[in-house]
Amino acid sequence: MSPVNSPLKNLDYSVVQQCMHCGLCLPTCPTYDTTQLERNSPRGRISLMRAIADGKLEATRTFAEEMYYCLGCLACMTACPAGVNYAELFENARAEAEQSGVLDSPFRRALRGFTLNWLFMDLGRLQWLGAAIRFYQTLGLQRLLRWSGLLNLLPRRLRDLESMTPTVQPHFSADLIAPNTPALRGGRYRVAMLTGCAQDLIFSDVNRDTVEVLARNGCDVVTPPEQHCCGSLHAHNGELDLARRLARKQIDQFPPDAFDAIISNAAGCGSHLKHYATLLEHDPLYRDRAVQWDRKLKDIHEWLAEIGIDAPARTNAPEQTVAYHEACHLCHGQKITAQPRQLLSAIPNLKLKEMAESNWCCGSAGIYNLIQPEMADELLDRKLKHVRATQAETLATGNPGCMLQIQNGARRENLNLRVAHPVTLLAEAYRREATANTNATAPKPGETR
Amino acid sequence: MPVKPEIHKRLAAIVGKDHVLTSAEDLIPYSFDGTAALTQMPGCVVFTTDAAQIPQILRLANETGIAVVTRGSGTGLSGGSLPTPDCIVLCTARMDRILELDRANLTLLCEPGVTTLAIADAATEAGLFYPPDPGSMKISTIGGNVAENSGGLRGLKYGVTRNYVMGMEVVLPDGQVMWLGNKCVKDVAGYSLKDLFIGSEGTLGLITKVLLRLIPRPATKKTMVATFGRMDQAAEAVSAIISAHIIPCTLEFLDRTTIHCVEDYAKIGLPLDCEALLLMETDGHPAVVAEEAAQMEKICRDQGCLEVRVAKDDAEGNRLAGARRSAFSALARMAPTTILEDATVPRSELARMIRFVEGVAVKYNLRIGTFGHMGDGNLHPTFLTDERNTDEMHRVEQAFHEIFDEAIRLGGTITGEHGVGLAKKGFLPKFAGDAQMRVMRELRKALDPKGILNPGKIFD
Ligand SMILES: Cc1cc2nc3c(=O)[nH]c(=O)nc-3n(C[C@H](O)[C@H](O)[C@H](O)COP(=O)(O)OP(=O)(O)OC[C@H]3O[C@@H](n4cnc5c(N)ncnc54)[C@H](O)[C@@H]3O)c2cc1C
Ligand code: SF4
Ligand code: SF4
Repeated sequence: MSPVNSPLKNLDYSVVQQCMHCGLCLPTCPTYDTTQLERNSPRGRISLMRAIADGKLEATRTFAEEMYYCLGCLACMTACPAGVNYAELFENARAEAEQSGVLDSPFRRALRGFTLNWLFMDLGRLQWLGAAIRFYQTLGLQRLLRWSGLLNLLPRRLRDLESMTPTVQPHFSADLIAPNTPALRGGRYRVAMLTGCAQDLIFSDVNRDTVEVLARNGCDVVTPPEQHCCGSLHAHNGELDLARRLARKQIDQFPPDAFDAIISNAAGCGSHLKHYATLLEHDPLYRDRAVQWDRKLKDIHEWLAEIGIDAPARTNAPEQTVAYHEACHLCHGQKITAQPRQLLSAIPNLKLKEMAESNWCCGSAGIYNLIQPEMADELLDRKLKHVRATQAETLATGNPGCMLQIQNGARRENLNLRVAHPVTLLAEAYRREATANTNATAPKPGETR
Repeated sequence: MPVKPEIHKRLAAIVGKDHVLTSAEDLIPYSFDGTAALTQMPGCVVFTTDAAQIPQILRLANETGIAVVTRGSGTGLSGGSLPTPDCIVLCTARMDRILELDRANLTLLCEPGVTTLAIADAATEAGLFYPPDPGSMKISTIGGNVAENSGGLRGLKYGVTRNYVMGMEVVLPDGQVMWLGNKCVKDVAGYSLKDLFIGSEGTLGLITKVLLRLIPRPATKKTMVATFGRMDQAAEAVSAIISAHIIPCTLEFLDRTTIHCVEDYAKIGLPLDCEALLLMETDGHPAVVAEEAAQMEKICRDQGCLEVRVAKDDAEGNRLAGARRSAFSALARMAPTTILEDATVPRSELARMIRFVEGVAVKYNLRIGTFGHMGDGNLHPTFLTDERNTDEMHRVEQAFHEIFDEAIRLGGTITGEHGVGLAKKGFLPKFAGDAQMRVMRELRKALDPKGILNPGKIFD
């Protein structure tokens, strides 16, 4: 293979060379912790990438599989004192795997073509699919099929997939959110709201809650109904060129200088969205705007902490205990750990319970739970064990993938657990406050005004 | 000659197919340890899960003449677990059970692949204390610690790994198993062979069980940070503390470069406008701790320190110690290759040694970051370089020579805790002298006549 086609050989060598193999990342890597094989560790994976960059190893099938066995959870980046940029290495290693074609098969090609090149390149297509699934679910077909046992005829992988199919919300974000939502009292900031793909399809209510919370905290919110995928799925799956195309579309749609902040409420997207500058560094037309974009891009928790949360008033709502699971791409990818806890602590009547290993991957990891179900299940079990130990009735987490994964796990284990985005809990507190206020100001029976 | 498929089969018959690795993708991740700029492909990697498998593997190696390199977590800094060409790497990472915690005798018995942190945690859980805490303790194995006689941040008061090893099970190169030591506080029956295996760096025998001594937990501790405008002031402060008969548990040193790298990583608000920083910790009875802390603060002020900060609680103290533990890796932020040294001198010579190292860096036009266990006289001058720059690597080599010569001249040693391995092999004869080299050679020959255990390490 010529070096021109090798993302790892083309990568700045200092990135590859940065790992000094001290091993301090090993105990935080979920795959290494499970297998105790160096190949399944950050240090081992980097050594394979370096071997390719050095021309000592071809991008073999085993190499490619290893790169897909990695969760991309970035726990190793938090642990690494040497500042190794594993995220960049990882994306280029998966791109290497794809370009070498070692994993190629007609089925895989078709699937990737359908999802990455077609479905996720255009929100309309995604919404169309979402509507189809919604149709299937609301007609009761799903229940009928599940009940009939016909699904048991499917191979296990497909059957699992069916049971993991999330319930599509009856409305997409655009049905719930106006393109322009003015701040509740005196707009202090003008922000753009990114509605995401999975978030839009499955958790459009989280998007609505986010916009409400922003408006309540002095932000004029711009939410265009037609948005594009951020490209994280593409970047994490070795399609860097498609990811670049989507990044340009985003920047065109949301010129960074028109906003005080561009808000993401999905950790996985946010973590990718903040690195457009690296992605587009060789694009003279977009390079500068990408740098500006990265600076404006804020995770919702981060932004609220920056502008200060207007704490909701205490009502007589019952106390709720909430555990917090840190999405990998929030705590490792964006180093946001204190802010979500601050947000939760601002909610009256909410008791935050810390759980063990709150920053360990739950196994969702993008589409990891679909391609590596065994490892994903193991991590999910581990997560649920810790959740259960807190005895919390609600689990808060800031990423749609984690929400789905943990919801599925709780359902499988008959665990009575609500899974919610922290922003939703805050929005609910504001609503309780508003209801309490109207009740207080509404005329009491018999009272005349 | 690569390890033959037939040998793979025999190994698989001993440990099970899933515990033998042979593909290039599996072996590349075992072709190095924590040491900079050294790589060598092994012939295969074998995981043992039971001590009983090890004699069989060593007998096979003896019969076929294939070398065996033992590996824990591969964090060694002298190339100790670096493979020899086409060897069998015997990895103990999957032998990670704690077998017994004896609360009556205050001992812990475990397999060699248990991490240092797991041992420290188990001790804490039992209300006890296992003091040796190398910077790598999160992942380093106890087998590696014993084989390197590793130190840590608490060496000054509590000593090194050797001081906590009460016994061990060893498999000799010919496959014979022996137990050394026991739970007795006193034992003078025969030569202290146990001590021979501590620091044997994977030669002589394979450690398959370790019996450790635990001690009562100190009641309290206090952690402080003092900053200085000059490095030798910090060294003088350390000498003054020691000569005032204070033995704190920790006296760690970071220079300016290291402080900036560590802060860059850990973000715990280390003071950045200073040339040197001392991390000091005293532990024990509350009254003693308070008194020692006050005395150390006064000594630092007398030496003209810029500032003394006291950690407000244990959590902050642990964060500071944790940040210090990351020093070596954090220095890698500065340059593609970081090569650290381990020269150790009597504490009275510290200030002189530090000035010497500074001078050498200037002379050879090298960038350097220095940190270390100052209370132990153990410095880690770390060269910030690039292994692809042959000219600079040559100058690094020359600088080492000068530093080692000076350490020896001052009554010190070429390595305080990382071992000789490959990295310091060339310097050992000069340091040890003919008689010591002869005894070491004869000893090794007697135990390992065919030279199958970690050949080429320490000396040929
Ligand atoms: C970031 C960092 C910080 C460090 N800080 C310190 C420190 O503060 N103090 C210190 O002393 N060292 C330190 N080290 C060095 C290193 O961690 C220690 O030498 C450690 O004891 C090695 O343990 P390991 O399990 O990684 O052993 P390995 O590197 O795998 O092996 C080390 C040696 O031990 C032999 N060996 C391993 N297991 C056995 C066994 N069961 N039987 C016989 N021989 C065996 C190997 O053959 C090899 O020669 C540090 C290293 C790093 C990367
Ligand atoms: S990735 Fe970082 S922590 Fe892990 S081995 Fe490399 S340098 Fe050390
Ligand atoms: S991204 Fe996660 S799974 Fe992958 S190497 Fe890093 S810690 Fe391990």
